Amino acid sequence: MSEQNRYELNKNLAQMLKGGVIMDVTTPEQAKIAEAAGAAAVMALERIPADIRAAGGVSRMSDPKMIKGIQDAVSIPVMAKCRIGHFAEAQILQAIEIDYIDESEVLSPADDIFHINKREFNVPFVCGAKDLGEALRRIEEGASMIRTKGEPGTGDIVQAVRHMRLMNQEIARISSLREDELFNRAKELQVSYELVRYVHDHKKLPVVNFAAGGVATPADAALMMQLGAEGVFVGSGIFKSGNPAKRAAAIVQAVTNYTDAKLIAKLSEDLGEAMVGINEQEIALLMAERGK
Amino acid sequence: MSNKIQITKKPRIGVLAVQGAFIEHERILESLGAEVFEIRQLRDLDRPIDGLVLPGGESTVQGKLLRDLGLFEPLRKKIVEGLPVLATCAGAILLAEHIAGENKAHFATLPAVIRRNAYGRQLGSFFTENEVDHIGKVPQTFIRAPFFESVGNDVEVLSRTESNNAGVDAAASDAAQIVAVRYKKQIALSFHPELNSDLRIHKYFLNMVGNL
Repeated sequence: MSEQNRYELNKNLAQMLKGGVIMDVTTPEQAKIAEAAGAAAVMALERIPADIRAAGGVSRMSDPKMIKGIQDAVSIPVMAKCRIGHFAEAQILQAIEIDYIDESEVLSPADDIFHINKREFNVPFVCGAKDLGEALRRIEEGASMIRTKGEPGTGDIVQAVRHMRLMNQEIARISSLREDELFNRAKELQVSYELVRYVHDHKKLPVVNFAAGGVATPADAALMMQLGAEGVFVGSGIFKSGNPAKRAAAIVQAVTNYTDAKLIAKLSEDLGEAMVGINEQEIALLMAERGK
Repeated sequence: MSNKIQITKKPRIGVLAVQGAFIEHERILESLGAEVFEIRQLRDLDRPIDGLVLPGGESTVQGKLLRDLGLFEPLRKKIVEGLPVLATCAGAILLAEHIAGENKAHFATLPAVIRRNAYGRQLGSFFTENEVDHIGKVPQTFIRAPFFESVGNDVEVLSRTESNNAGVDAAASDAAQIVAVRYKKQIALSFHPELNSDLRIHKYFLNMVGNL
């Protein structure tokens, strides 16, 4: 199969995830709870971002056996994270037939200059971005799905909002440029003219764009959807909360009916305790600053 | 020469929009002249509807949301009563009477056994071009796709396809699989016509809606 066909198929899988919620899980039991609650996919990882943050130290790809246990437990797509630039970890994830690799700033970066050449892989990649330039650079490298970086493991939505708004503003600005101004914009963003041209013509990214990092409540999910996200990743927000199954199901429904405030009001009742949040100013490590 | 203006009623198509790739269907149907609306909750079913699209996505998610949002019984009733349906991938799973290896089904209005993720994980996804009866050779995009293991006597098989993907497991690759069927006014496909620029399958569906 041609490289182009494979990339199209990988973008297509992201299209099927749209309007859905992708949940972080650390055990087969959590994966089953997430699937039953309506997760469109799960992200298999040993520790959720809040715990990675608390534990400190170097954080790496999860044990393949643990990931396989989650693959066996559910029928929905299973994603897993590798470190930025760590193509050997990505090769391992491809070898166990993962459905999506997240080259993620949540783990400790393995390379402070180069990201993975994702075009060399048959499995799809999702990457984080905090502005349009980062998003297009990851797409140039072969990512078939983008998510905002947000600030993982904080339960604080402010960065995800900032990244989504910034990306939308930059897309709007490009689509208003004259054609002869696109060449310079491509140079400024350090991406190809073709990608900038696509954004100009279609007023959107060439791949699906999800919100991630800090989503903790149905209202957070609805906020991100109204800001233009095509779906939502929820990391620590579910299994660090008082009633994971109920909260997960409520967030799933809020993503489907994200403009229906009455319904979301009802969904937000009696969810138990939300994850304890950390404000941006209180944390020493900004994961969003990893990988430009 | 007649100078009277021909006014034809636009078919009104509801697209299930609880999760998945529903916008792609909406754009194609609109380009073909249909009046399209999204079904996200019960009150969306108050509108008159001539045809229903069940899009791709995750069938487990869609099945749960249909029930949580109170859409399941009213939609099932409409399908049983003969509302024309175009179902792709996850949508086909929602229609099938039996899901292989699972004891739970959803609408169960299509006498067939369907197998989920029948070609394996994402590495088993593939693209091909193949004949569909009444339509001709069409592009077929399979994404973690299901296929029909068997169909009832009254179900018309519209297309059989062999996976062209070397990564697919042996059980799936030894013969051409049933990937498109029609039963009464229900069309169910394993693949995704909404992901390609070929409009003929949607046209075929709108023709079926028109011949009420």
